[in-house]
Amino acid sequence: MSQAITSSAIEPALDVHDDSGLYVTMRIDRQLFGIPVKYVRDVLRQQKITSIPLAPKEVSGSLNLRGRIVTVFEVRKRLGLPDSASEDKNMFVVVELKGELYSLMVDSVGDVLTVSAAVVEKPPANLDGEWKEISTGIYKLGSELLVIIDIQTLLTI
Amino acid sequence: MDDLINEFITETTESIATLDLELVKLEQNPNDEKILGNIFRIMHTIKGTCGFLGLPRLQEVAHASENVLGKIRDKKLVATPDAITLILESLDNIKGLIEYLSANGAEQEGDDHVLIARLNQFADTGVVGDAALATAKTEDVAPSAAANGAYAHFKGDDDPEMAAAIAKLEAEMAAAAQTPVAAEAKKPEPEVRAAPPKTKAKEAAKDEHGEANQSIRVSIDVLEHLMQTVSELVLTRNQLLQIARTNEDKDFMTPLQQLSYITSELQEGVMKTRMQPIGNAWSKFPRLIRDLSIELGKKIDLQMHGAETELDRHLLEIIKDPLTHMVRNSCDHGLETPADRKLAGKPETGTVTLSAYHEGGHIIIEIVDDGRGINIERVKQKAIENGIASEAELETMSEKQIAQFIFAAGFSTAEKVTAVSGRGVGMDVVRTNIQKIGGAIELDSTWGKGSKVAIKIPLTLAIVSVLLVEAHEQKFAIPQINVVELVRVSPGSELKLETVNEALVLRLRDRLLPLAVLSDILGHKANTKDLLQKEMTIAVCKVGAYDFGLLVDRVFDIEEIVVKPVADILKNLTVYSGNTILGDGSVIMILDPNGIAKTLGNIETTGRAQTAVTDTAMSEREAAIGFLLFSLGNASPKAVPLELVSRLEEIDVSAIEIAGDQPVIQYRGELMRLVSLGRDAKMPDNGKVEVIVFTYDKKVIGLVVDEILDIVYAPFAIKTSSKEAKELGYIGSMVIAGRTTDVVDVAYLLSDIIDRDVSNMVQFKHTSHCSLLLVEDSPFFRNLTVPLLSSAGYEVTTAEDGKKALQMLSKKHYDMIVTDIEMPGMNGFEFAASCRGMPLVNGTPIVAYTSNISGDIMKRSREVGMSDCIMKTDRPGLLQTISRCMSSEKEALQ
Repeated sequence: MSQAITSSAIEPALDVHDDSGLYVTMRIDRQLFGIPVKYVRDVLRQQKITSIPLAPKEVSGSLNLRGRIVTVFEVRKRLGLPDSASEDKNMFVVVELKGELYSLMVDSVGDVLTVSAAVVEKPPANLDGEWKEISTGIYKLGSELLVIIDIQTLLTI
Repeated sequence: MDDLINEFITETTESIATLDLELVKLEQNPNDEKILGNIFRIMHTIKGTCGFLGLPRLQEVAHASENVLGKIRDKKLVATPDAITLILESLDNIKGLIEYLSANGAEQEGDDHVLIARLNQFADTGVVGDAALATAKTEDVAPSAAANGAYAHFKGDDDPEMAAAIAKLEAEMAAAAQTPVAAEAKKPEPEVRAAPPKTKAKEAAKDEHGEANQSIRVSIDVLEHLMQTVSELVLTRNQLLQIARTNEDKDFMTPLQQLSYITSELQEGVMKTRMQPIGNAWSKFPRLIRDLSIELGKKIDLQMHGAETELDRHLLEIIKDPLTHMVRNSCDHGLETPADRKLAGKPETGTVTLSAYHEGGHIIIEIVDDGRGINIERVKQKAIENGIASEAELETMSEKQIAQFIFAAGFSTAEKVTAVSGRGVGMDVVRTNIQKIGGAIELDSTWGKGSKVAIKIPLTLAIVSVLLVEAHEQKFAIPQINVVELVRVSPGSELKLETVNEALVLRLRDRLLPLAVLSDILGHKANTKDLLQKEMTIAVCKVGAYDFGLLVDRVFDIEEIVVKPVADILKNLTVYSGNTILGDGSVIMILDPNGIAKTLGNIETTGRAQTAVTDTAMSEREAAIGFLLFSLGNASPKAVPLELVSRLEEIDVSAIEIAGDQPVIQYRGELMRLVSLGRDAKMPDNGKVEVIVFTYDKKVIGLVVDEILDIVYAPFAIKTSSKEAKELGYIGSMVIAGRTTDVVDVAYLLSDIIDRDVSNMVQFKHTSHCSLLLVEDSPFFRNLTVPLLSSAGYEVTTAEDGKKALQMLSKKHYDMIVTDIEMPGMNGFEFAASCRGMPLVNGTPIVAYTSNISGDIMKRSREVGMSDCIMKTDRPGLLQTISRCMSSEKEALQ
C-alpha cells in the first residue's frame, strides 16, 4: 500500500481509540499495524491447529489454549494479501472480542507503543481498500506508518 | 403473602435500584440513547407487572412516569435536571408504595394525583410544575388546607393572638413542605449501597415478617466459577483416564476409578444447582392467561408441553420476561375474540401452546397460537413508515423474512396502544435479551391460522455424551442421543450399500435409509463407486421424525465432553453445533445431525413429530414423508411413499417368464409378479429394467419403471386427482421437489395380487373422499400408517391419544376410525367404549390396529363394538379390513 501521504490530507482523528493509548504492534507483508492493548491476551508461536472443514477461508482452524478454544484467523486472507512465503515463521496474537478468543496470524510481533489519541490521524483517502476498512486511524512513526486496527471490523467477514 | 407479590417486590426493588443509578447516569449524559432505552424498558416492565397484580395506585404512577420517559426517549422532550428530579421523585414514590406493600401486604390507600398531574404536565408541556407546593400537598393535606382557609379568613385582621397563631401555622406549613422532601431524600442511599445489580449475596435475614427462607441467595458469579472449575476437572479426569488406558498401570486404576466416580457425582450435583425445569418459568402463566382472558374478553386455553425440560437457571431468568411478552402478545394480538373466531370457523376458545425440548446443544421453546397470525401487509407498511426497508427491498423478501421485522425497535403494528402490549417496546427487547445469551428467535405465521415463535437457546453448560467418529482422517463428535445404532457394511455382506441414481441408500430391515457421507459433507467428495467397494460404518441417526445414516470411515468410542459454542464467526455453519476439547487436548467439532439431515437435500425439517395434531391444515402440512421418485413413460415423474418400498432391483428382461398370462420372475426363492402402470407401459425386449419391489405377507410384487430418480422428503398433500388418474393406478398428483408428480396408489398395485373379491377392490378404489381418523400415540407408527392409508385414497386425520380423538369426534363425523390399543391415559378399548354414545360416531366402524392379538383381545374388541382387529405388521390386511368395513357400512346404509 502507498507509503507516501501528504500532510494536507490529514485531519485529527474523531474517536478516542483506547484509554491508555497503548498498542501492540505487529507486521504483515511489511506493513506495521497496531491493536489496542486491552484486546490482546497472548502472543504465541506456531501451534497445532485443527482444521474446520467448511469454514470460511479466513478461518484456518482452531486450537486449544489452556483449555479454551481459540479460532485461528488468517489476517492476510482477510486483507486479500497472498499467503506468507515461509509457512512456519508465523506468529500469533491472541485477542479477545465479546468473550471469544481469536488467534490472529501475523508475520511478526513488535513492541508495545504508546500513541496518544491526539496524534492519531484519520486514515488517508488513498489507503488501500481493505486496510482502510479495518483501520480507525494512522500514526506516523518515524519513516513508516502505523495503522491502527479495529478488531471488530477485522473479524467481520 | 402471595408468592407473586413477594417476587414482584424483590424484582421491583432491584429495578428501582437500577433506575436510580441509570437516572443519575442519564443526568450526566442526557442524550445517551442506551441509557434512555434501558430506563424506559425497566419502567415499562414495572408498569406492566403492577397492572397484572392489581396494584392500581402503583400502576398509575408507573404509567405516568413511563409516559414521560417514552417522550424523552423519542426525543419529544429533553431530560433537563428538573425532569430528572421529577422522575426521581416518582421513583421514590414508587419505592414508598412498595415498602408499604411489603410491610402490610396490600397497597397503601390514597392516590398520587398531584405527582401524576405534574408528570403529565411535563409530558404535555415540557415544563416541570412547582415542587414545593405540590410536595406539601402530597402529605395529608387536611391541616394545611384548613390553615390556608383560616389564614385567608383572618388575613385582614390585626388581632395579635390570631397573628401569632397564623404565624405558627405558617411555620408548620413550611415545615410540612420540607419534611417529606427531606425524609424521601434520605431513602435512596441505603438502597443504592445494598444492591449493585449483579451480585446478590443477601442472607435470609431480610425477611422482617418472620418468614424464614430455606434457601440462600448465591451470586451467579460464584456458581459460574464453580461450574467452570468442575468442567475443567471433568476434562482433566478424561485426560487421566486416557493416559491410564494406554499405560495399564494397575496401581493407578483403582483410585482413578474412584476419582472418576466422584467427579461424575460432583458434576451432576453442580449441574443440579444450575439446572431448573422450564416449568418454573411457566408456573405463572396459567394465572396470567386467566387474567388476560378476563381482561380481553377472550376464551383462552393454555397448553404446556415439556415443562420438565431443564435449562440453566441463569438462562431461565433471562427468558422469563421474553416468554411472558410472547404469551401476552399471542393473547392480545394473536387470538381473536370468540365472536371473530366463530366467524372464521374456529373453535371459540383460542389455544396458546408452549412447548420446550432439547435439540443438539440447545433448548428449543415454542409459543404457538391459533389466532389470526401476522398481517404481512401491515408489517410491510410499518417497515416502510419506520424507514427500515424500502418497497423495492420488500419485493425481494419472502413473507417469513418480512415477518421478522416485528423484532425491530419501535415497531408495533397494533392499532392501539393498550396497557397489555402495543407500545412498540416489546419484541426488540425480547430479541436483544435472547441474542445476548447466544440464542435466536424466529417468527412464523400463517394469516388466519396462527403464529409460532421459536426461541433457540444454547445450553452452554452441557456435558454431553458423544460418539467419536472419523472421516478423512479427522475426528468429529455426534451427540449420542441422536445415534440409534451402528451398522457395518461391506460389498459381500448381507448389508450392503445401494444407489438410487447416485444417491446412496441402505436397506435396513425392509426400510430404505438415505445416507449422508460425512467426507462429502465436509468437502471431500468421494467416488461413489469406491465407497461401494469399501467396508464402512454407518451411524444410524435420528432427528425428530427422520432416520438417516451417516457414513463414516471409523468409529471410536463414546465420551463425555463439555460443549463449547462455536465462534461467532462460524455460526452459520449448520453442520456444527459446537466444539470441544478431548482428553488428549485436541479440539474437535461437534456435528449437528439436524444440519446434516438438511444436506440430504429437499428435506423440509419438521421440528417435533409430537406437535399436537388437530384438524387444522397447519399441522398436517408439517408432516413430511419420504418419497421415491421414478420415471415411467411420459414426462411427469412418479412417486411412491418410501415407507412402502421394500427393495430396488435391476433385473434382466431375459429372466422374465410368463405364468398364467402374467409376467413373473424368480426372485429369492419366490415368484415375483411384475406389473406396470399406465395403459401404454411396455417392457423392453432386452437389457435390464429397474424394478421397485413391494412385499407383504411373503408375496412380492415388482413395479417395472423406466428409471429410479431420487429420494425426496415432502409433506403429503395431494393437489389434484381425477378419475382417469385413479384408473391408471394413481391417487393423484402433488408437487414434489418443485415438479408435479403423480403418486402411485400402492393399494391398487397390491390389489393385483390379492386373491379376493374383485368387486371389493373396485369399491376400494373409489373411497377417496372417505375421512378416516387414526388414533395412535407413537409418532413412529403414525408416520408409518398415514402414508399407507393416504395412498389408499383416504383423507387421514390423526389424534395422538384417546382424549384428543374424542374431542375431535365431538366436532366432526368420520367415515372410519382406526385405533391403537396400547396408548397412555385412555387405551383403545376405553376409547371405543366412550365413542359409542356420541352422536357423530353412530355407526362409524372402529378397527383396532395393534402390536399383538390374542383371543382375549379379539373378544374384548368385539365387546366394545369394534368391527375388527388387525396386527400392525399386517399392513395390507389393514387396507382390506377397512375397505370391507366401509363397503358393508355402505351396504347397510343402502
